[in-house]
Amino acid sequence: MAPLTQLRLLTCGSVDDGKSTLIGRLLADAGVVPEDLLEQLARDSRRYGTCGDALDYALLLDGLQDEREQGITIDVAWRYFATPRRSFIVADCPGHEQYTRNMATGASACELAVVLVDASAGLKTQTRRHTYIAALLGIRHVVLAVNKMDRIGYAEEPFRAIETEYRALAARLGVAQVTCVPVAAVHGDMLVRRGARMPWYRGPTLLEHLETVVVDDPATTAAFRLPVQWVSRPDAGFRGYAGTVAAGTAAVGDALVVLPSGRRTTLARVLGANGETDRAGKGEAVTLVLADELDIARGDVLAAACDPPALADQFAAHLLWLGDAPLLPGRPYELRVGTRSAVAQIGEIRHRVDVNTQEHLAARRLDLNEIGEVQISLDQAIPFEPYAVSRTLGGFILVDRISHATVAAGMLDFALRRAANIHWQHLDVDKTVRAALKGQRPRCLWFTGLSGAGKSTIANAAERRLLALGHHTYLLDGDNIRHGLNRDLGFTDEDRVENIRRVAEVARLMVDAGLIVLVSFISPFRAERRMARERFAAGEFIEVFVDAPLALCEQRDVKGLYAKARAGQLRHFTGIDSPYEPPEAPELHLHADRDSALAMAEQVVRAVLADDRA
Amino acid sequence: MAARPERATAMDHLDRLEAESIHILREVAATARRPVLLYSIGKDSSVLLHLLLKAFRPGRPPIPLLHVDTGWKFREMIEFRDRRVAETGVELIVHLNEEGRAQGIGPVSHGASVHVDVMKVAALKQALDRGGFDMAIGGARRDEEKSRAKERVFSFRNAQHRWDPRNQRPELWNLYNTRLGPGESVRVFPLSNWTELDVWQYIRREAIPVVPLYFAAERPVVERDGALIMVDDERLPLRPGETPQVRRVRFRSLGCYPLTAALESDATTLDAVIAEMQASRQSERSGRVLDHSAGTSLEQKKREGHF
Repeated sequence: MAPLTQLRLLTCGSVDDGKSTLIGRLLADAGVVPEDLLEQLARDSRRYGTCGDALDYALLLDGLQDEREQGITIDVAWRYFATPRRSFIVADCPGHEQYTRNMATGASACELAVVLVDASAGLKTQTRRHTYIAALLGIRHVVLAVNKMDRIGYAEEPFRAIETEYRALAARLGVAQVTCVPVAAVHGDMLVRRGARMPWYRGPTLLEHLETVVVDDPATTAAFRLPVQWVSRPDAGFRGYAGTVAAGTAAVGDALVVLPSGRRTTLARVLGANGETDRAGKGEAVTLVLADELDIARGDVLAAACDPPALADQFAAHLLWLGDAPLLPGRPYELRVGTRSAVAQIGEIRHRVDVNTQEHLAARRLDLNEIGEVQISLDQAIPFEPYAVSRTLGGFILVDRISHATVAAGMLDFALRRAANIHWQHLDVDKTVRAALKGQRPRCLWFTGLSGAGKSTIANAAERRLLALGHHTYLLDGDNIRHGLNRDLGFTDEDRVENIRRVAEVARLMVDAGLIVLVSFISPFRAERRMARERFAAGEFIEVFVDAPLALCEQRDVKGLYAKARAGQLRHFTGIDSPYEPPEAPELHLHADRDSALAMAEQVVRAVLADDRA
Repeated sequence: MAARPERATAMDHLDRLEAESIHILREVAATARRPVLLYSIGKDSSVLLHLLLKAFRPGRPPIPLLHVDTGWKFREMIEFRDRRVAETGVELIVHLNEEGRAQGIGPVSHGASVHVDVMKVAALKQALDRGGFDMAIGGARRDEEKSRAKERVFSFRNAQHRWDPRNQRPELWNLYNTRLGPGESVRVFPLSNWTELDVWQYIRREAIPVVPLYFAAERPVVERDGALIMVDDERLPLRPGETPQVRRVRFRSLGCYPLTAALESDATTLDAVIAEMQASRQSERSGRVLDHSAGTSLEQKKREGHF
């Protein structure tokens, strides 16, 4: 038997368009559904089906209990079948807007998309959405399956009208190849068999097209790239770099460059899936041995020395938000691209894209299933390529560093060169020198807790005491800072993140100046306190949790804020309608319901001094 | 720059599946704290073991095998397991639920469902907890069953080993989110995109050893509830009136022998097995007794921690 090639495709459209029916029928007519499954289908059709006594082919696909009971598709279902000409992997994707993230998951693995429309309804908002998402994820080939031709009497004219309208739409959204096929999935017309009812259509059936379409892959002819996945060192005599070739080909003797270090070397040996060989090509999982002993780790990229990818740490990117909690600019996330991890911050949301109309809208946050064009900065320069050139070096995910959820899929568009032009100015007088002059270890004491817990009172008392002992200090207080530096910020989640970012940055500068800085901010979110912590050297940041029960704070209500919040006059108030996330491992845990403010201030001072002697 | 000419033959679909699986195995080795490969001795496990050896050549795989024994495997399976381990030099951990064995739990005395719950699902959780494994590789394929078709390659489990099919991590490209909290783990399925036919064609292409039970031979069987059950040894108590008869049979899928039906066949070679499967009109797990109890039974088992 001649080796089969493989086509990975996704199908999108809604239940109303007959998408699951189309795939189920395609599989059944292609003769790849086993008999016992057809029998089970007959049983399921009677129990859950929506087609009366006839087989409901959609039930071949919807796998989860909830999906069968509710007659909807929630998640991507993967289907596998082969004909004598080709082997197929089908990602059957849900069509509703609320499952955009699942469609993107399917599209990321595919080379071709089948977009369904109902011939009797014409192009719909969701047709635009599906085509846009497919194009965004880099799919260059789309088949428009115009289904339910039986509903319009198998007439050519309405089909041609839909085709014309769709070709214009696809061209605007950047899809290179479009094929339109009229089908009647319920009866099987133009899926596997032509049927006799549409003699006017001379193009291929859906299956014929899928069996023969050539999906060009630009990465096979590009320059060599291999993200190092795993370093193989079984014994002192062997050191190899394992990974999957992302693009191009490299042969033994070729000059390679290691990124980001920029060290050059030569390819000495290639171990392929079938043992020693002389070259490594796109898509192959190989182990490479280099001529020189270099320090190379997972995440580095081996590339053709004559045409290496660029390095950058700031990018313009498209982001599809997948998380249940919204994207907040300024919050750090883990970014994964290729085999590399970095810490990423979204600096600015340039605009949000309406997935239905592709209109650009102003936005300060992205919610689940929303797409935006953003500016993203990393804690390190990484080798990259635009997503349009390389899915491997241009496609990334963002992971929440606390919940570990995958919260975004991203596509790098281009590097922002600004970082390259603002060089870090090296200064001779540094933190150590300034601190020595003051005879103290600079520190950031970060007080966190509910409003009314007593943070400012304790911080104030602690500062007086430290001053009396001859230390140089400064107190940054939340309310005071909001009168000046942060007076443009409100109390939404986005503004709270930015509030903390600015204060943390100011505190860092003051610690750099050699001071002991006391920061008294509610700072309700763990992620922001962690972001603040990461700006300081080990041991410099002391998180002080002023722990007071909500009832106690509300009873005190020194500023009368709780009363206002309860009365609904104050929104986003921590503890009432905005959450407080207590620290998990603070350096110092104060119990405001047990000890007096002065006693707690003394604990803070002791902690600073004890640490000083250590 | 001028692009280098491509190699004469492009990757065919088996090459592509092989490379993808090796990539996944290496990703586990690079990111897991303590990985393990669930080795169940069947054809999929044979392919996994073969890929594991390939992925880490010239070194030894940095991932041990774990076999959860139920006490009811075919004798030939255990012999085959021990032979392959000796030949390949990989590390093997065998776990058996001793409490279950002490209570005499078995598929014949307690029924398939209790047996699977105690000797497979509970035993697996015990073994994973005791070993402190954070990533467990399995040979499941998406084409086996409906709920498997929805599962991720890196499939997240909470600290109780439970799967939440409605709330899976999105999985884009071949970027796998391998971050875990305390007690959490992932099940990893490198063969997700393989079909049964791919597995057999790959076994033939690579000459991978498999348990001889997959090939037709004269074997003693009894016909029980419409299925042909092999009388492997004295562990299977015969019902009144049952007399083992010798028939020419083979197995399409291997589990605990009283729960795995044989099919009558003359296929004694790989070519014949593949030809028979291509002509077959029955799905692969039709021989597994457990799967017939309810339409969503495997999904239920998986939510509870089963592979």
